Amino acid sequence: MSSIGTGYDLSASQFSPDGRVFQVEYAQKAVENSGTVIGLRGKDGVVFAVEKLVTSKLYEPGANKRLFNIDNHVGMAVSGLSSDARQIAETARTEAASYRAQYGIGIPLKYLNDRVSMYMHAYTLYSAVRPYGCSVIIGAYEADGPVMYMIDPSGVSYGYYGCAIGKAKQSAKTEIEKLKLADMSCKDLIREAARIIYLLHDELKDKQFELEMSWVGNHTNGRHERVPFEIKAEAETKARQAMDEDSDSDTEDM
Amino acid sequence: MIAQNTLKAQVSQNMAFLGEANRYSPFLAAQNDSFHSASYDLSANTLVPDIYGSQRSQAPLTTATSVVGLQFKDGVVIAADVLGSYGSLARFRNCQRIMKVNDNIILGAGGDYADFQYLKNIIEQKILEEECLDDGFSLKPKSLHCWLTRVMYNRRSKFDPFWNNFIIAGLEYGQPFMGTVDKLGTAYIDPVIATGYGAYMATPLLRKALESKPDLNKEEAIDILTKAMQVLFYRDARSFPKYQIGIISKEGIEIRGPLTLESNWELAHMIG
Amino acid sequence: MAFVEAPFQSKTMDSMVPDWLSAEHSTGTSIMACEFEGGVVIGADSRTTTGAYIANRVTDKLTKVTDHIYCCRSGSAADTQAISDIVSYHLAFHQMELGEPPLVETSANVFRELCYNYRDSLMAGILVAGWDRRKGGQVYSIPLGGMCVRQPIAIGGSGSSYVYGYVDAHYKPNMTKDQTIELVSNTLSLAMSRDGSSGGVVRLGVITKEGVERRVILGNKLPQFYEG
Repeated sequence: MSSIGTGYDLSASQFSPDGRVFQVEYAQKAVENSGTVIGLRGKDGVVFAVEKLVTSKLYEPGANKRLFNIDNHVGMAVSGLSSDARQIAETARTEAASYRAQYGIGIPLKYLNDRVSMYMHAYTLYSAVRPYGCSVIIGAYEADGPVMYMIDPSGVSYGYYGCAIGKAKQSAKTEIEKLKLADMSCKDLIREAARIIYLLHDELKDKQFELEMSWVGNHTNGRHERVPFEIKAEAETKARQAMDEDSDSDTEDM
Repeated sequence: MIAQNTLKAQVSQNMAFLGEANRYSPFLAAQNDSFHSASYDLSANTLVPDIYGSQRSQAPLTTATSVVGLQFKDGVVIAADVLGSYGSLARFRNCQRIMKVNDNIILGAGGDYADFQYLKNIIEQKILEEECLDDGFSLKPKSLHCWLTRVMYNRRSKFDPFWNNFIIAGLEYGQPFMGTVDKLGTAYIDPVIATGYGAYMATPLLRKALESKPDLNKEEAIDILTKAMQVLFYRDARSFPKYQIGIISKEGIEIRGPLTLESNWELAHMIG
Repeated sequence: MAFVEAPFQSKTMDSMVPDWLSAEHSTGTSIMACEFEGGVVIGADSRTTTGAYIANRVTDKLTKVTDHIYCCRSGSAADTQAISDIVSYHLAFHQMELGEPPLVETSANVFRELCYNYRDSLMAGILVAGWDRRKGGQVYSIPLGGMCVRQPIAIGGSGSSYVYGYVDAHYKPNMTKDQTIELVSNTLSLAMSRDGSSGGVVRLGVITKEGVERRVILGNKLPQFYEG
């Protein structure tokens, strides 16, 4: 950022003279400090992968999850302040439950995205509140195929074929762009997603991480589920192998 | 024997309850004056001014008859037909009423089908919320049974009961479980349960079968239950020859059907 | 079918007052809906009664909910009109939010919700029928207590009780559009001839991907059956 807020960054309800809302930009910074999260939408489903940074060896494995079930058919991957994100997940669940109660069918992702975006955006309008320090990716497998949206702290959202948020989002996007997403099945996507997360993990700055993965697609009967242990383990092994081969070829070049 | 004693206790409790309800009847009658009672007149034979003269605040419209259930060595089977009766009219002939709640509970419902659909939605949402928690725990049959007891009792206390009989079956820490709740919130647990007409006609058959062979296997239990369904088809005027069977055991949950009941009328030749 | 007594009247005066003064307008009715490959056929008689008096002999009981969803109303005219108005409003709004036409299933659930929650004060038996991209032609039956089931063929209203046998005997799965129209008009004509609270003309609607096509079979052009 070019300069500090010079007094215009104290409230989400005030613009700066050049038309920015600093509080929202700071919230986006909070997301960029978090572990990388990617979402890939293939031909038969959506796959989420999360680089969950483990800041202490004393933590139990599997704690502080960053992948959430929102409804039977909807999953959410989050990056940023996880306590903020849990609140967004809860809002999304309430929204999905209310849709089910009223209309008797699962909430269409487009509709859920509208509602959650609207909710997050409301927190960028008032001085008494701060924007949410998280971005979320929501995904589902619907009658017309897979769908995925990403919402950022400003409340802006887009539909995506592939998206990345968090620390290494730029290089993750570069990797994702190399994939032919529209032709790929969930089985392929899982491998690619694991590979990308392993590839972009910065071993020097962040010592440890846990890979979290989930998917929703034709093969899960449209249900959002965590990727079974064996499949995930296999993808992780492949990811490590790819890394080793990569570094081998690097040395050969030298 | 224990089972029979509990049953007796429940019956006497019911009687006590009815006596108490009677005391409130003047209040009820006042509440359900002209407008309401008139609209109930329209619901044909479903108006139930009971023997004490008080009027219930609701009456079932589309109804389903008995649910029967039997425990076996390592699981439970329940059965119910698929008829939604509209008074004596056999109106809806594909009303399935055995539901899978989660991986370790099945539920069968009799009585008002609209109320069942309403509660089904609530239970499904409850399960969904639990799956969202993603903590590896899931609702157990005893808990659902207890929860339904509270729901049913709360509504009867508002004089607006959910007009249903439920059988909850499942595995609780690997052990078979079967319980029932009725519209008053009356509940008990037993290896043999039958609701509605089944309580009169199926229970003795099922008890006898279980007493003569206490550790039934799955197929034997299904056979006995099918025979009970057949008897109910012969003798219950709101029954139907298409039915479903819900099975829960270590292998998981299976809901079979709609199956068709065999029946034998050769007896007719011996008459006249 | 529907008869709601005016609250201010004493029981003893009943016989002194003609029924058309005190009785509620009702669509003592014969209604029907049937799925076929690619759509649904809906139908209704056209009689509205106040007691035994025919308040309207050319009523339209097939009410539009959205472009591709209609409902057939039976029970109290006031109740069913109010319900379908509310549902129409609700679904029109929902369509704007969703950016696509509502599903028939969704529509049936909104009807169900109202009918169930207000079951103690309503007299409404409704058939919801229509077409959507997801599941094609669909029929949902929402009878008095507020339950909701999908049926390939459904009948309702006071006249329906006389024709269950006819429907069971003549319904075949996978009928063509023309066969379905014939079954609906025959069934309704038979119901109307046996039910005093049904009569007039047969109104039909055929809902497909293309939208709705309305037809009327006049009272003197109805299919004829045994009348002895």
